[in-house]
Amino acid sequence: MLTDLLKWGGKRPGASGADPSRPGNGEDMVVASKALPKFLNALGQQSSPVLIDFGPVIGSNVEFFGERLGCKLFIEDLIGEVDRHTRAATLPDLPSTFEKRFRHGDASADGVLCWDIFDFLDKNAGQALARQVVRMLRPGGAVMSFFCTSGVEGATFTKYEIVDDVTLRYRRHSGVGGHRRAVQNRDIIRMFEGLIVSDQFLLKNNTREILLRAR
Amino acid sequence: MWKRDEAVKPTTPAGPGPMPPAPAVGAPPAAEAARTTPSDSPRGMEKTTVNIGKSVVIKGELNGSEDLTIEGQVEGKIELRQNVLTIGPNGRIKAQVFAKSVIILGEVTGNVTATEKVDIRDNGSVDGDIAAPRVAIAEGAHFRGSIDMQRTGGKAETKADAKPTAASQSRPEQHAGTPAGAAR
Repeated sequence: MLTDLLKWGGKRPGASGADPSRPGNGEDMVVASKALPKFLNALGQQSSPVLIDFGPVIGSNVEFFGERLGCKLFIEDLIGEVDRHTRAATLPDLPSTFEKRFRHGDASADGVLCWDIFDFLDKNAGQALARQVVRMLRPGGAVMSFFCTSGVEGATFTKYEIVDDVTLRYRRHSGVGGHRRAVQNRDIIRMFEGLIVSDQFLLKNNTREILLRAR
Repeated sequence: MWKRDEAVKPTTPAGPGPMPPAPAVGAPPAAEAARTTPSDSPRGMEKTTVNIGKSVVIKGELNGSEDLTIEGQVEGKIELRQNVLTIGPNGRIKAQVFAKSVIILGEVTGNVTATEKVDIRDNGSVDGDIAAPRVAIAEGAHFRGSIDMQRTGGKAETKADAKPTAASQSRPEQHAGTPAGAAR
């Protein structure tokens, strides 16, 4: 347990610089999620929930949320956006991009799937995106977001595929990736001012799963 | 003489019905723009597919009652309420699309509404909103927009099934076959 706590302080991973919590080139990782069932439970309380997904489009996720839960799903693919900005070396423009990008009205979404997007954003971009999330979320709505426990240079993006109500498959994204930053808990709370952290889990793969709710 | 004989020969054997055999519909070789396959039957019983070739650009409204494959460019509105629309790999669509089923291998910018299914295949791209009871999106497809799978019946039952039950939430922490992910 002590070693786990030390990892939260932003210690570098192994000498290889690879991210041990994410899939490598070859294999996918199947991970039991603790936050996902709670997130689904929150969505299930709405009759026709509106869900915003910041990840790339994944057919099985669309089927899961659309056919099984009856969600109206908005795919925003911010990983793709970050990838484009990284390739074009225009990452400082991300905050203004986030300010303009979303067409959703205030308090219009029941759920937001952020996945691990905040790990790949600098402070300004993260704050700009979090402001949009808080703005778009309805009272009672839920946000699921993943955070790493230690920074990694040259990390790859991850696609999260829903296997079932409690299981995710981590798959490697083909994008260029970027620097993963470990966002401290206090910074998460500040970023999402207006939301409350309802659940937080530290998985064995050192992923922090955080569920936020709008009051 | 050989060729002339063949040209007048019916393409399909004469049926038992009272109708005379249909003459072959001779499509000019370069008429890719609106090619109809297979040959039209005078009885109107056979399903036909019309192709719009890749050099064709259409601006305006496209209506029809046959399956349609588009390899060219269309801007405006496409309406095939009872038929299947296929946007081929070379197809570039900037239009509102209404069809029974839509298969997308090319690019679509605009809203797509289908009464049965929307299928975005590998390398297919959609920028717009989709409304259909079933949506399939292949790995490698691009999509940005919203997806609304309007369901006609059994919504409450399905929803109740999909909801994680209290039992599933309180299940033991370990998940079989998940070496990396069991929470602490």
